[in-house]
Amino acid sequence: MKVLTANRLTDGIAVWYADGGWAETIGNADLAHDKAAEDRLEAIGAAAYANNEVVDVNLIDVTVVDGVVEAVRLREKIRAAGPTIRGDLGKQAHPETIRA
Amino acid sequence: MYRYDEFDQDFVQARVAEFSDQVQRRLAGEITEDQFRPLRLMNGVYLQLHAYMLRIAVPYGTLNSQQLRMLGHIARKYDKGYGHFTTRQNIQFNWPALSDIPAILADLASVEMHAIQTSGNCIRNVTADHFAGAAADEVADPRPYAEILRQWSSVHPEFSFLPRKFKIAVTGAERDRAAIQTHDIGLHLKKNAAGELGFAVYVGGGQGRTPMVAKKIRDFLPEADLLSYCTAILRVYNLYGRRDNKYKARIKILVHETGVEEITRQIEAEWQELKDAELKLPEADIRAIDAYFAPPRLTARPEGDAAVKLARLDSKSFSEWLDQNVVTHRHPDYAAVTISLKGIGEVPGDASDSQMEAVADIAEKYAFDELRVSHEQNLILPHVARADLKAVYDALVDIGLATANSNLISDIISCPGLDYCALATARSIPVAQEISQRFASLERQREIGELKLKISGCINACGHHHVGHIGILGVEKKGAELYQVTLGGSADENTSVGEIIGRGFSSEEITDAIEQIVETYLGLRLDPSERFIDAYRRVGPAPFKEALYAGETKAA
Repeated sequence: MKVLTANRLTDGIAVWYADGGWAETIGNADLAHDKAAEDRLEAIGAAAYANNEVVDVNLIDVTVVDGVVEAVRLREKIRAAGPTIRGDLGKQAHPETIRA
Repeated sequence: MYRYDEFDQDFVQARVAEFSDQVQRRLAGEITEDQFRPLRLMNGVYLQLHAYMLRIAVPYGTLNSQQLRMLGHIARKYDKGYGHFTTRQNIQFNWPALSDIPAILADLASVEMHAIQTSGNCIRNVTADHFAGAAADEVADPRPYAEILRQWSSVHPEFSFLPRKFKIAVTGAERDRAAIQTHDIGLHLKKNAAGELGFAVYVGGGQGRTPMVAKKIRDFLPEADLLSYCTAILRVYNLYGRRDNKYKARIKILVHETGVEEITRQIEAEWQELKDAELKLPEADIRAIDAYFAPPRLTARPEGDAAVKLARLDSKSFSEWLDQNVVTHRHPDYAAVTISLKGIGEVPGDASDSQMEAVADIAEKYAFDELRVSHEQNLILPHVARADLKAVYDALVDIGLATANSNLISDIISCPGLDYCALATARSIPVAQEISQRFASLERQREIGELKLKISGCINACGHHHVGHIGILGVEKKGAELYQVTLGGSADENTSVGEIIGRGFSSEEITDAIEQIVETYLGLRLDPSERFIDAYRRVGPAPFKEALYAGETKAA
């Protein structure tokens, strides 16, 4: 299972593709369950990159826990939450946003 | 310290205007990321895990109060209230928006700072001994030469597209505090028998995935020949350095593959063509740059001895700080102070906006407005009257920066690691924090004595693990963090690359392993004056391997 992630051009903030736009949290990211869905996400990422909305576009592995999307690799978990040493920074600093 | 002349200021302003225009065009979609990436890198802007990162140059680690105050202002206004001082004597901000970077660069330019050549395959910020100009043991201040190199290397047309990045370090003392033998060019400022200034020249040091100790290719280079000789080195490198494989593109690989004798011959031959031409430094020009670095007027403050003696009696913690973080100055009434950015359990090298401002105030009041960033990720007040040490200490206590651990096991160099860095394979800061907490007792740290522990979160070795007395390298193995330990590295005048001691340790095991290594050392040292590195060099890895792995062998 994969989702599409990138960093927003204007401020570099990590974003995930969800519901036709780029969300600041991973929780509700659009899931690709098969190759066709991955190709569709990749095409969306390529278009957004070409359109100068985002940079560093990647498909990453995820799982779904209690209905919430979670990254598999530690690197992507940290991108999705924030520095593990500073709970006051990054997405984890606003848990209400993540839940939403 | 050096002040911009009209040319410098115009050059930096012009670059701010140019890059601001490039950022605007990028944001407007007029240039692509592929076009923009090399431009942003030339101006110190990286893209990391969470956001952009801006690396700001602190030439040879020298700052004044106004500049540090501006860094605090940038941290507060454009970032998240803190900055990270690096092993290149620079500072990085972890969260700037691309759209704010033109304003940040304009603010920096207003205090004679910039981010030019803090990235890219060019000559990077020239580093120097952080006690330069203050150290009792130095022959001369190395910073005027670092400044001459800065001027020469800034947007140098021939050396702006090298095979790979290029780092130069200069020290002015026999005791090397600038790690010159781990640099592409290391310069050791010294005097010859006639009392003339010049350099021992080292080439081809570096860390990364292929660590190499630099080779001395010249015992004495007259100071007037500094630029012609460096040009000869860079020219040989630029011509023959590999461009087919970025992992083999540093000059250390060229030196290794060519052989020291042959590369020295090539450099000397190139130099013969250059040495008597326009790159020869006129004596008057060297002395003019020297004048910028004239030490402050250090008036006699003989009351310092009595004041320090009295304050020692009054405060054990002040006394410990004095022993650990204060070193002898060339003037007997003064001292150089290390402000540890390694509070127990803190992030090595991080300072908050208010700490930066408070340290700037202290420097202004007690240290002739001068500060340094050390490659060990601490701040330095190079000139403090001994009579003012207690006042400085009290002011540092107030802002939580009086940890008395300089050169002890908790004075850890650590790269940002996977908590921030897009290249990292494992976290390094949490490992540093846990080790720092395990050895929190100052009494225990002082019993252990000098111990340089350095941690990198990937093979690129920004945390200098290869040259730590104890080095830790974090890698990713089967999806988990694994920490490999090296022992016996050092980055001083007897530079050595540490040896891998055995299998790596999980994040749960690594602190125990470090403690085991330290206990083994304590058990085998001849006496407390035998430092960890000396003991390791005497006994080799065997006792440490035995302590770490013997149980496993028997079990197997």
